[in-house]
Amino acid sequence: MSPTELTAHIPSLRRYARALTGDAWAADDLVQDTLERACSKWRLWTVGTNLRAWLFTLMHHLHASQARQDSRRSAMLPLVNVDDVEAELVAPVAADGLALDLQRCLLQLPEEQRAVLLLVSLEDMSYAQVARITGAPIGTVMSRLSRARSRLLALLNAPASAEHVDAGAGAPRLKRLK
Amino acid sequence: MKPSLHTPLSDAEIDARIDGQVPPTDQAALQERLNHDAQARERIAQGLALRDRLRALHRDALGEPVPTALLAAAQGAQAASARALRWQRWGGMAAGVVVAFGAGWMGRSHWPLPTEQQAATTANGLPGFARDAVLAHVVYSPEKRHPVEVGASEQEHLVQWLSRRTGKALKVPDLARQGYQLVGGRLLPGAAGARALFMFQNADGVRLTLYLGALAGPGAAPAGDDQPSREDTAFRFTQDGQVPAFYWVDQGFGYALSGPLGQRELMALATTVYQQL
Repeated sequence: MSPTELTAHIPSLRRYARALTGDAWAADDLVQDTLERACSKWRLWTVGTNLRAWLFTLMHHLHASQARQDSRRSAMLPLVNVDDVEAELVAPVAADGLALDLQRCLLQLPEEQRAVLLLVSLEDMSYAQVARITGAPIGTVMSRLSRARSRLLALLNAPASAEHVDAGAGAPRLKRLK
Repeated sequence: MKPSLHTPLSDAEIDARIDGQVPPTDQAALQERLNHDAQARERIAQGLALRDRLRALHRDALGEPVPTALLAAAQGAQAASARALRWQRWGGMAAGVVVAFGAGWMGRSHWPLPTEQQAATTANGLPGFARDAVLAHVVYSPEKRHPVEVGASEQEHLVQWLSRRTGKALKVPDLARQGYQLVGGRLLPGAAGARALFMFQNADGVRLTLYLGALAGPGAAPAGDDQPSREDTAFRFTQDGQVPAFYWVDQGFGYALSGPLGQRELMALATTVYQQL
């Protein structure tokens, strides 16, 4: 393998990870974990087979297991004082309102639906390839894709008031205390 | 059955059209039906617009310079790849060895390894491991009353005990099809700590020993997974000791199968062991 071969995949891994996580830092952490995993599992990659598909498979599994851990741990996240980390704060990944809206709606999709939609849309992967990467039967991939697409369109087209109700359903609401 | 001209497009067909995944042979027929299906056309247009928005969303990431931490991680993977390639080229896989046998260089006592690798092997003390393995075989296999510390009847306990002591989840290979039953095992001292020995015996009383344990990296060498003596190797054959042995290294762990057998027979058994571990 030439030295440029692996590095050539980093930009597309980063883009996919950003759309998947909605957070540039978390995305780069995920890419780094993926590259390190690739390093430790190198023997499992057969020379001459699809390196890109293998890297996305590693990333998919890492993200899925992180998502499971996060959901267990979310109840006890440490609190961060915004003033303390002010210097670390960077501009949001996508600054304009429409893009923010798209990312916010993407994050409302179930993990597995989001992954399928992004792999197909961003990476132009075939349904069969996505099935191999996510370890799901091809029929499941196709139904996830279809549901992801119609759900995302519905979220994007929903009137603002309805959206707020929707967004509030799963997240804790702010309450004014008197 | 072929769908008629007026059959509305299914969800799957609409998705395939959006994603450009309609098989070439179906394209013309699908286009015909699409001409009669305004609703599908509308959904496809929406889907294509969404696809464009998704692709635009983090397009910046494609053009940004890659952070150095990520480049460094990629370099690490490339180094690992180079090691793996070297390992493959030198025929670490049992299958390759079996094919080599078929090709008919039976009579040779050594695998024709590149001299560089042979030199490295001698320098990093792997023959030391093989010598210990042969020695253990020679010492313990003639024992009539106490060939092993823990017998096969307590196999589960034996495996747990030796796994704990050698720091690796061990497995006893099943050689029943080759006519060998487990006698038992024992714990032995080695250069890098505990080593384990499993003993097998066939109906004729021929005994085989599988000797295994972690290999010592050179203490002064920089840390990392590329310490030379722990590097994976191909199967090696030695008959310098009193019994012949096949030995190999896998993930920093050394294995040696010794027994008073011919090279071909021992090779077949070593291949079985390798495949099962």
